[in-house]
Amino acid sequence: MEEPQTSQSVELLTFELGEHEYALDIMCVREIRGWAKATPLPHAPSFMRGVINLRGAVLPVMDLGERLGLPTRPHCDRNVIIVVSFKETMTGLLVDAVSDIIALSPDALQPPPDAANYGAQTVVKALTLIEDRMIRVLDLNNIVVLSQGEAA
Amino acid sequence: MTMPDPMAEIRASFFVECDELLEAMQDGLQAMEDGTDDAETIHVVFRAVHSIKGGAGAFGLEALVRFSHRYETVLDRVRSGDLGVEAGLLKHFFRAADHLSDLVRASRDEIKVPSGAGEAILAELNAHIGADVTPDEVEPEIEFQPTGLTLDLDVDLPPLNDPPRAPQFKICFTPDAEMFDTGNDVFPILRSVAALGACDIRCDTARVPALSDIVPETSYLSWTILLTSDVDEAEVASVFEFVEGLCKLRIERVAGSDTADAPPPPPLADEDVSRLPEPEADRPKIEQPPQRTAPAATKSVVRVDLDRIERLVNLVGELVINQAMLAQSLQSAGLSPHSNAMNGLEEFQRLTRDIQDSVMMIRAQPVKPLFQRMSRIVREASTAVNKDVRLITDGETTEVDKTVIERLADPLTHMIRNAVDHGLEPTHERLANGKAAQGHVTLSAAHRSGRVIIEVSDDGGGINRPRVLQVAMDKGLIPPDAVLSESEIDNLLFLPGFSTADTVSDLSGRGVGMDVVRTAIQSLGGRISITSTPDLGTTFSISLPLTLAVLDGMVIEVAGETLVLPLNVVAETVTLSASTLDAVQPGLDVVRVRGGLVPLFDLGYLLGYRARKDSYIDGVALLITHDDGSQGALVVDEIQDQRQVVIKGLDDTFYRAPGIAAATILGDGQIALILDPSDIIAQAGDPPHNRSQKTRMEA
Repeated sequence: MEEPQTSQSVELLTFELGEHEYALDIMCVREIRGWAKATPLPHAPSFMRGVINLRGAVLPVMDLGERLGLPTRPHCDRNVIIVVSFKETMTGLLVDAVSDIIALSPDALQPPPDAANYGAQTVVKALTLIEDRMIRVLDLNNIVVLSQGEAA
Repeated sequence: MTMPDPMAEIRASFFVECDELLEAMQDGLQAMEDGTDDAETIHVVFRAVHSIKGGAGAFGLEALVRFSHRYETVLDRVRSGDLGVEAGLLKHFFRAADHLSDLVRASRDEIKVPSGAGEAILAELNAHIGADVTPDEVEPEIEFQPTGLTLDLDVDLPPLNDPPRAPQFKICFTPDAEMFDTGNDVFPILRSVAALGACDIRCDTARVPALSDIVPETSYLSWTILLTSDVDEAEVASVFEFVEGLCKLRIERVAGSDTADAPPPPPLADEDVSRLPEPEADRPKIEQPPQRTAPAATKSVVRVDLDRIERLVNLVGELVINQAMLAQSLQSAGLSPHSNAMNGLEEFQRLTRDIQDSVMMIRAQPVKPLFQRMSRIVREASTAVNKDVRLITDGETTEVDKTVIERLADPLTHMIRNAVDHGLEPTHERLANGKAAQGHVTLSAAHRSGRVIIEVSDDGGGINRPRVLQVAMDKGLIPPDAVLSESEIDNLLFLPGFSTADTVSDLSGRGVGMDVVRTAIQSLGGRISITSTPDLGTTFSISLPLTLAVLDGMVIEVAGETLVLPLNVVAETVTLSASTLDAVQPGLDVVRVRGGLVPLFDLGYLLGYRARKDSYIDGVALLITHDDGSQGALVVDEIQDQRQVVIKGLDDTFYRAPGIAAATILGDGQIALILDPSDIIAQAGDPPHNRSQKTRMEA
């Protein structure tokens, strides 16, 4: 897991959702936990799995795949919860499996194709290619924060 | 990072003390207003102001010193009987007290207070004691420079050869080591003495040992002061009031001797130096009026950082959870209930509960400071709307969790303002209705069945229901043809965007309505209700949980989920049978409970966990009583247990679940949601939320 870190490099945690690979800036990631049964919240959006007990604190957990609009996938034992901290709020993100930690130079990240054409809300802030696999770097801002319309 | 500044600590503790002194001062003034104007009461007020002045002087808080000094001067006149206590004076005393609190707060937060307000109040105060108060007399410059080494104090002495007609005092002052421990310093005291008149101050350094023998915490110095002043002995003694008991002090009147020749005083000739290490042994009596040395019996208290208490509360919370887990695993291990382990567990449970109660008690505080703040609000509000209002408080010693008190201040302020502004009629109307010109607002607190009830009531005209109804219709809050009961009309006040005031006054009607008050109360787990009688007044009643940290809950199961209901809302459990159930219309059933018909609510369906049940026969329902006395029955699948649970806040920045008040962690580590039954039932009237059919993941 030890990667050489220079001030320029960006470290990413990569993980799988369905057939695709995604990544998050590792600075947001607090810990990774195995799946535990969540207590569902009444009338929550379907991607909200509910809340789990994180060492005495109540942690909301969302299914990241469903949040991104991917088709529902069957649950399996490799599924894990990535606990992220964003703007002082802790959230658990349920993903299929965690793959690796990679260090990249910022040059290796490309902006996604003109996001403006695909609606204002984009969840992918950059793309990168690793051994010919495309990895989508997610923007937590549009994932963890619920927009007004969705909250209604 | 620097080392913690010891001065900053002392300063902080000064401000904590100030809060206590301000409270004592308010109490005293209140007592005076209630007709108690005995010497002791006045003295308490005087002493509070005096102590604030003294501390402020030590920290060089000039504005505070100046104001408190002048305030004190007027109080002193009352104390000496020159000035009678009458309503006008008291009013100004109250206003000065408010300003003093502002100054203390401003000094603490190091912000500036516009001096204009203070000047106006001082002018009012001075008016009471006439023109004989020249600014010089009321403003001795108390300037405190922490200089290190000069031990003889240089004061601007008037020529000493002027044969003094004024009496002379010889003051022998030997501080004990404890005096310095408590943050007192000799210099401010000496300067205060110097302010009384011409004086000659000598320091006796004879007892200072060789450097190698010095114990730094010991006090080796003593001072002899020859003071020429026409003040009386008690006033001289009052300078030393703060260090009373912390020093050896002798004040004696000297016959008109000639000062110039005053011999370098035989400082300790008549005080046994060798006894210094045991200062308790002979503490000279300071001649003072007896009430001066008889402060109200104080309980011994410890000041503790709130963070430490928070940590303790959290740890105890964890302890409760762990104990529940242990209990659960011992039970599932199939131990006999009479085994040693189970007996021990029972004892453990009792201990845990005791610890928890004790810890919660640490956080509990009397509502008195909150109520005192409200009396100020009443004073300000009544002046603003030109009404004569008196605040009557009751149950000030009622203790409530500190957090609750803090978060209650804003809603209560708003309610008090409302009561003064809208609740009470204008004076001419009151007189026309045969009421006393002075309106009364009553603020009371009491414990009732495990909750705290706080009531704000006024003796005004009551809620003008026709107008409330009209306003609600005009604003489109209710349909124009709505027929509402009296209590329903009263509750319209809580609707967002409602305000009946014809004219938006300075005071209320800033767009913050009763709906904000209700939201604030609800976020504390409380409820608010109104009762109003025309011509007799209106009462707002707030019911709050004693603590925000634990809850007696009923653990229930619905659609495979474990949930917790606050025990205090559950009136009774009802077994449903064919003979007690009646269907009113599809989706609306009632259950007969002792002749009454209570609407039935399917909890599993309302929470979106499952579809509505076809039949409730043989089910179990919990009878819920609302604050307004109405009832509802919640259908649950199973009642599991009754236990104390630790409340964990739900982070609702992302999503706030309707009908859910908080969460808790069960013995098996799972999270259970704590329900807010009134909210659930209120939501039941809305169209069902069908948007989320839960796809639940199996464990």
